[in-house]
Amino acid sequence: MTTTLPAYDEVVARYEPVIGLETHVELGTNTKMFCGCPTDFGGAPNTRVCPVCLGLPGSLPVANRAAVEATIRIGLALNCSIAQWCRFARKNYYYPDMPKNYQISQYDEPLCVDGYLDVEVNGEPVRISIERVHMEEDTGKTLHVGGATGRIHGATESLVDYNRAGIPLVEIVTKPIPGAGAMAPEVARAYVTELRDVLRSLGVSDVRMEEGSLRCDVNTSLNLPGEQWGTRTETKNVNSLRSVERAVRSEIIRQASVLGAGGRIIQETRHFHEDTGDTTSGRSKETATDYRYFPEPDLVPVAPDPTWVAELKAALPELPRLHRRRLQQEWGLSDLDMQSILNAGAVELIEATIAAGTTPTAARKWWLGELSRRANETGAELADIGATPKQVAELQGLVDAGKLTDKLARTVLEHVVAGEGSPAKIMVDRKLEVVSDTGALTAAVDEAIAANPAIADKVRGGKVAAAGALVGAVMKTTRGQADAKTVRELILERLGVQG
Amino acid sequence: MAAISREEVAHLARLSRLAVTEEELATLAGQLDVILQAVAQVGEVTAADIPPTSHSVPLTNVLRDDVVASCLTPQEALSGAPDAAEQRFRVPRILDEDVAS
Repeated sequence: MTTTLPAYDEVVARYEPVIGLETHVELGTNTKMFCGCPTDFGGAPNTRVCPVCLGLPGSLPVANRAAVEATIRIGLALNCSIAQWCRFARKNYYYPDMPKNYQISQYDEPLCVDGYLDVEVNGEPVRISIERVHMEEDTGKTLHVGGATGRIHGATESLVDYNRAGIPLVEIVTKPIPGAGAMAPEVARAYVTELRDVLRSLGVSDVRMEEGSLRCDVNTSLNLPGEQWGTRTETKNVNSLRSVERAVRSEIIRQASVLGAGGRIIQETRHFHEDTGDTTSGRSKETATDYRYFPEPDLVPVAPDPTWVAELKAALPELPRLHRRRLQQEWGLSDLDMQSILNAGAVELIEATIAAGTTPTAARKWWLGELSRRANETGAELADIGATPKQVAELQGLVDAGKLTDKLARTVLEHVVAGEGSPAKIMVDRKLEVVSDTGALTAAVDEAIAANPAIADKVRGGKVAAAGALVGAVMKTTRGQADAKTVRELILERLGVQG
Repeated sequence: MAAISREEVAHLARLSRLAVTEEELATLAGQLDVILQAVAQVGEVTAADIPPTSHSVPLTNVLRDDVVASCLTPQEALSGAPDAAEQRFRVPRILDEDVAS
């Protein structure tokens, strides 16, 4: 199929996009939402299950206090009102990823409502309104067998592991976000990035999108200026920050293409494909959604004590946005410099490098320079590049002590990234230390003068600039391990010329 | 007026994965209607000062400490399963469905 898609710029000049985001966070509690099964990853199938999370007759769920507390803290960090009284609800559906044939969730009485999160998009503040934050449980893992590709289509049967069923899950839903225009994809990304940082600062989840502990569904619709909002689609399977941006963008283009051809948008679930950046149709919502929610009779209502909520609010950590602003002041950076650090995802790395004993300038130089360049080349996240803040601080310490030149330090860093150990060890093992032994250096200088008599004469005759060739020769014999300035001084001294 | 229509019963049967014949639909719709009409009588005594009740006990905040308890063994977990393979519950193929959450 070869349909020509319209250009993004043309689309957003004609239509106004409205987006909305639903984010699921797996909490980092020790145990599941309603039973004492452990939540750790990597267990053999069905080794983290009990009568409650298997939905066996006669079992009764009891809510995890730590999960309720984490949800309230998330709500408070997102400026929500915390409900004084709320209930769990059953979401009924037939799919074997939940053995009960329902998922315990919250429906019309979420724990937290009406908040907001301030984010920055290209330096401009944007306030994202939060509709609700509620508690629910994660589902089990189905393995489809018999199909050609291991996917659900063509499968003859499915095998189910319930280790993940019942893991505490918090769903965070934004209100519709109109008015972002062409920036809608960036706004979506900025929101999820900021939300991730907030959740990380709260310590409630390890928020790893690739591993599914932070998952994002993106709602998108288009309308013509002045008209009602269009029909929205919900894109699932968006597993990285970059994908959030790509998914919104590709869905905006796709919908414009449908509308442009006189078609209409169907309210449906679409799946994002990381490899192509496209979305494909999942299930149409017009026929299928009827979850027959009703209050969960097995769990009593949650009515958080206002004193408890006030205590939790008072104990919230400094939130990322304020934290960043404080760091920017401490580090003495312009907005632009701070922005480049943010874009590189280097705030925490630089902060830790400074804490390990170096200056803001040096820490910033390494992370935004050499290491960012390598990250870009390999497509890795800066945090996963292979060098730690401690190592970077140590490396700069060797430069400050005159044991490494900048150039040698870059070579050492390459070996650090390759996993060869600490900078000091690599410097010694690979004999990269600056040649500071004056005897050895003098010998190299004399050798260079003897090998280039014509150049030496020029320098003696007053052409000091010609000394550069001799410096080059010395650097060559010392394999770049001498300090060029020292070498130059030494050459001029041997030739009896004032530098 | 009937409290539940034949179409609604058919819809519920479909959601509940029950194969219900045309004759059964007619019978069930009639029977369910009687039950619902009977239950609806409760609504007639509703007073403004009685909030809707979802729980039979007046309790809130029954919470559990976040402490790991013992699990079943996979053998125990799978002992009641109609079918199992690779230490997992084995179920018929699922199509045109979607996961929750």
